[in-house]
Order: sequence, then C-alpha cells, then structure tokens
Amino acid sequence: MRQEPEKKQQMKPLDPSSENLIEIHDLKYSRGHRVIFEGLNLNIKRGEITALMGPSGTGKTTLLRLITRQLIPQHGTIHIGGVDIATLNLAELYQLRQRFGMLFQNGALLTDLSVFENVAFPLREHTKLTNRLIRHVVLTKLHAVGLRGAADMMPSELSGGMARRVALARAMVMDPDILIYDEPFVGLDPISMGVIVRLVRRMNDTLGITSIIVSHDVAEVSTVADCSFLISGGKVAASGSPDELRTANSELVRQFMHGMADGPVAFHYHAPDYEEQLLGRDAE
Amino acid sequence: MTTLLRDLYNTSAEFVRTFGAFQLFSLRLIRHSPGILVSRFDLVVKQIFNTGALSLVIIMVCGLFVGGVLGLQGYSNLARFNAEDSVGVFAAFGLIKELGPVITALLFAGRAGTSLASEIGLMKATDQLSAMEMMAVNPVPRVLVPRFLGGVIAMPFLVAVFSMVGLFGTHLVAVELLSVDVGAFWQQIQITVDMHDINEGIFKSIVFGVAASMIAVWEGYNAVPTAEGVGRATTRTVVITAIVVLVFDFMITAVML
Amino acid sequence: MQQTRSVEIGTGLFVLLGMGALFFLTTQTTGGDDFSADETYRVEARFENIGSLRNRAPVAMSGVTIGRVTSVRFDPVTLEAVVQFVIDSQFDQIPDDSDASILTSGILGSQYIGLRAGGSDTYFEDGSEVLFTQSAIVLENLIGKFLVNAGSKDED
Repeated sequence: MRQEPEKKQQMKPLDPSSENLIEIHDLKYSRGHRVIFEGLNLNIKRGEITALMGPSGTGKTTLLRLITRQLIPQHGTIHIGGVDIATLNLAELYQLRQRFGMLFQNGALLTDLSVFENVAFPLREHTKLTNRLIRHVVLTKLHAVGLRGAADMMPSELSGGMARRVALARAMVMDPDILIYDEPFVGLDPISMGVIVRLVRRMNDTLGITSIIVSHDVAEVSTVADCSFLISGGKVAASGSPDELRTANSELVRQFMHGMADGPVAFHYHAPDYEEQLLGRDAE
Repeated sequence: MTTLLRDLYNTSAEFVRTFGAFQLFSLRLIRHSPGILVSRFDLVVKQIFNTGALSLVIIMVCGLFVGGVLGLQGYSNLARFNAEDSVGVFAAFGLIKELGPVITALLFAGRAGTSLASEIGLMKATDQLSAMEMMAVNPVPRVLVPRFLGGVIAMPFLVAVFSMVGLFGTHLVAVELLSVDVGAFWQQIQITVDMHDINEGIFKSIVFGVAASMIAVWEGYNAVPTAEGVGRATTRTVVITAIVVLVFDFMITAVML
Repeated sequence: MQQTRSVEIGTGLFVLLGMGALFFLTTQTTGGDDFSADETYRVEARFENIGSLRNRAPVAMSGVTIGRVTSVRFDPVTLEAVVQFVIDSQFDQIPDDSDASILTSGILGSQYIGLRAGGSDTYFEDGSEVLFTQSAIVLENLIGKFLVNAGSKDED
C-alpha cells in the first residue's frame, strides 16, 4: 500500500508531554468462550523498556495484537500517545503502525526476499527514497545489528539468532517510536541471547524509543527491563521494577519469578482423584 | 433426531457464511487487481512464471497423451462408419471445447493451485502476513492479488498449449500410426471447427482460471496456521476446484450449445 | 538481480508459446469453410423442412462456398421455412432456375445449402427467390419409407 502524503485528518503526533506512551484501561477481551482479559489496566512509560511477563497462555501475544489493533477488544480503551486507537480509521491506523517496529517470535522474514530486501521492504513500500538512499539506510541498520556482511543471503540460510537480528534491523528501518519484541529470547543459544539483550538495551537508549518485551524468560528480561508487568488470570497480577518483583510477597509472583514447579499455577492438570482412578481400575 | 437437525442446520449455516465470506474476499481481490496490474506488474510477471511456465511440462505431456488417446478411441469408433477421416474432428472438438479447458484446469489446480495455497498458508503460519500488516502493508494486494492474477493470465495460455499439443498427439497417432490421410485429417478439422468453438474454449479457460486461482488463494489465506492446516488447505484446493470446474463446465456447455 | 531476469525470460517464453498455440488453433483448425465477402446480394428460399440448417451455414455451388445463410424464419401463413442467404457479388451469373437443396457435409458435419445450376439465361439478383428447393432428408421418414417398401415386397 503506497503511502498517501496527506489525509484529511492528519494523524496527531504522539503527544510528547504525557509520561505514559501507552495507556490501557479496563480491557476486556474474549475469544469465543475463553475469557482472556478481564479488566486489564496497564501503562507503558515513554522511553523505557517495559516487560510483559506471565505464564504460558495468559495472552501476552494477544495483548500485543490488541495494542496494534489487529484485534478489537470487547470493552475498554487503549490510548497511544494520547489517541484512542479505537477511533482511528484504516488510513490512520496504517499510519500509526508505521510508528511501531515489531519483532516476531521467529523473525517472520519474507522467505522469497534476500536479507537486504527484507530490511528494505518497509522503505520500498512506504517511502519514495532512491535506491542509493535505501541502500544507505539498510546497510546502516544491518551494521547496527552486526549483519552487514549477510546482506545478500536468503532467510533460509540464516541461523535463528541471525534471522532475529535481521528482523530487528527491519523493525528499526523506519525509525519507529515504539519497538515491540514478541518472545525475542526463545530458542537462542547463550551467545545469541546475549547479543539480542545488548541490542535491545542499546537501541532503546541511543534512539530514545520505547520498548515492550513480551517474554517469559525471567532471567534475561530482568537484566534489561526498567518496569515489568506480570499478567495472570486476565489481569495484572503484579508490576514494578525487576527487583521489586523478585522480592514481592505474592505467592503467584514468587512462583513465577523463581520458577517454582507448583504453586498458584498448579502442576497437576485437573484430574479425578488419583487413588480412586488407580484403584478403581484395578478393581474392575 | 433433533441433534441431527441441529447439526444439519449448523453445517448449512456455516457453509452459507463461508460462501459469503468467499464472495467478499473475491470482490476484494478484484477491486485491487487493476491497481496492481499497473503499479506492481513485476510481481504479476513472477507469478505468471510460477503458475504458468512451471506448469508447462505437465500440461504438454498430458496434452500429448490425451490427444493420442482421442486418436485411438476416435479411430476405432469412427471406423465402424467408415468415417476414419473425421478422427481429427472428433479430437479437435473434444480438445478445444471440453478436454482442453477441463483437464488443464484440473492439472492446474493440482500443480499451481496447491503451490499457491501452500505458499500462502506457510506465509500465514510463519507470521509473514502478520508482519506485513504490522509494517502497515496490506498483504491482500501485495501477496494475494499478484498470485491470483498470475493464475488467471496463465490459464488460457496453458489451455491453448494443451489443445495444440493434443491435436499433434492425435495427428501422430492417426496419421503415423493408423494411416489416416494427413490431408483429409486436417481438412476435415478446418471445415468443421470454427471460431465459435474456439471462443467457447477460451471462455471456459478464463472462467476456470479465475475459479482455480481464487480458490487456491482463498484456501491458503484461510488455512489454519499449522503444518497440518496448510496440508489440509492444499487438499481442499484440489477437491473444491475440481468440483467447481466440472459444475461450471456443465453449465457453460449447456448454455453455449 | 539475476533471479528476476531468468523469471522474466521464462515468463516471456511461456506467454509467447501460449499465444503461438492460440494462433495455431485459430488459423489451422478453423476457416476452411468460412465465408466473408465485402459485396454480397440477398436471395431467399423456402423449404418444407430445413433439418438442422443453422444461421451462418455455408451456401455452396459445385462444392465451393459462395455464400452464407443469414436468417432462418418460419412463415405462419404458408407454413414453410424461409431461409435468407447472401451470395458473394462476384458470382452474379447464377441462373435463376437453379435449385437449392439442404445437404450434409461429411458424416459428423453440419448442414449447408447446395445450389445446382439450372439453364436459364437470367440470373439471381438481390431479392430473388429460389423457385426449386429440396428439403433436408429426415432420417425417420427415410426409415419409414424403407420399412413400407420392405413390407410391400414381402406381400408379393
């Protein structure tokens, strides 16, 4: 979709004064019969790295999709830079999405394009920059993630860590205000993980952007996040800096932060009484 | 009993709903088509190559043998009336009006249709379509429409190639193998076949091309984003395309006869 | 990018092959009997039974196509089929007592009008009517006649 330069209602610039870049208020969302969020309240501060953590299946990825309006909540509001995203029309929505950079779980590089073309993709689709300028920008971003030498390779030739770094370069190529990382540490070896962690921190600080990391890797995330939210049961169970969470009193928080096998999130999937089931069968 | 009725109702309602969604989807594809033809013709060219040029081998091989079979069958049946010279007409009518469009469409669904469906399904399963949406690029005109247009444009050419190669197959069998007079063979064809028949074949090829491409793209786009889901989408592509093509063939033939 | 170039070449070849096939089909398989002329004149003929004669069927003389049927109607008053056809103007010396029959071309072929020359010194013109016509042979009548004949032979 080629970008039209003027719209009748120009997308309001993200309100620079507010401290909270993203405000989520009383969010309710269900998919079919499953209730995923029940009155979620959450604020993401500008310029910080915010972590969204929680046990598997609490809907962290769903929350990301709600923030980018790929999904629409049944109730509640989401404000980005002071603008209620539910009021945006399609053109404004696409404009808003250009302020985001998103890093998907498995990179989600376009398999029929080279690394260079993948990173150049948003530029080619949304801007009218000349090939020379595009080349300049792309190589700069690839250099920032350390993969300038891989520019001509195809995604199928990259390792997981490399693919994710390319995806990061692509997410940054339009100089977004908000970078979202969906499970960036999953399946990486320690070295690659260290690289990504370092990149996340450096990007955020040097570019003055706001970062949101969705992850359940407590250890890694805690080294990098300024503020963390623990989401469970469709609501925010706890929030604060990593240190605050680690020393929290709540049982749930403790189970999660310290990786304990059993606690409020039960180990045993719901089953009939153990003794009865075993002995009952024997008796037959 | 009531559960049976309720299931029947649910299935029918679901079918109608899916059918309606399919119509809306088709309209979206068609709406974006002229723009894409003009602005991103390079994408369309690539897809014509993928669906058309890469299908040539199977189309030509099958065409040759279908023509040959028509020659054998036609000859043996027409010989009873001492009308072997008309074997060319028999094959030409069969190929140009019916077998060319229909068999090509079925082969197309099997080779190109499944390729389209699985490719798109895989892009969905690996979040590539989502990533595009996130980058504020609408995946429908960027990914789906070029593939749709590529199939639509490639089909009539494939059908023409099939019919032509088929006639050569008949020629080989009839003239070389069964000693039908080559002059009589072609002359009978030229006298009896006219543009009306060729137009019918071309019209069918366009209709089938639109149907097959639309179904393949739809199935891929709506596949469950897992490996199993993609596999199922490719199967459904072939099955649904086959049914739709044969039903349309019947209707078109009935109208144009 | 090298990849795109070979794709483009491949696509170009494919489209050329396809167009060649279409061209082949339209030129080599049709047209043997097609009739088109710039200048024509109209003639009418009435038949008791036109069989499966269609609009645009050829009109031939001595086996050569010289014209084409333009309309087939039914006259509710005389209860006959009225066939209008046109003849290429360069053939303007067809005796006006020639007769028109409905013949079948080949076994699988369609029906056409065949003109057989008469001996008159005046010729067909625009608006002429053919006086002597022979209807199409209907298979059922033929079989009927055959059976009747066979039956009467038995009686002897």
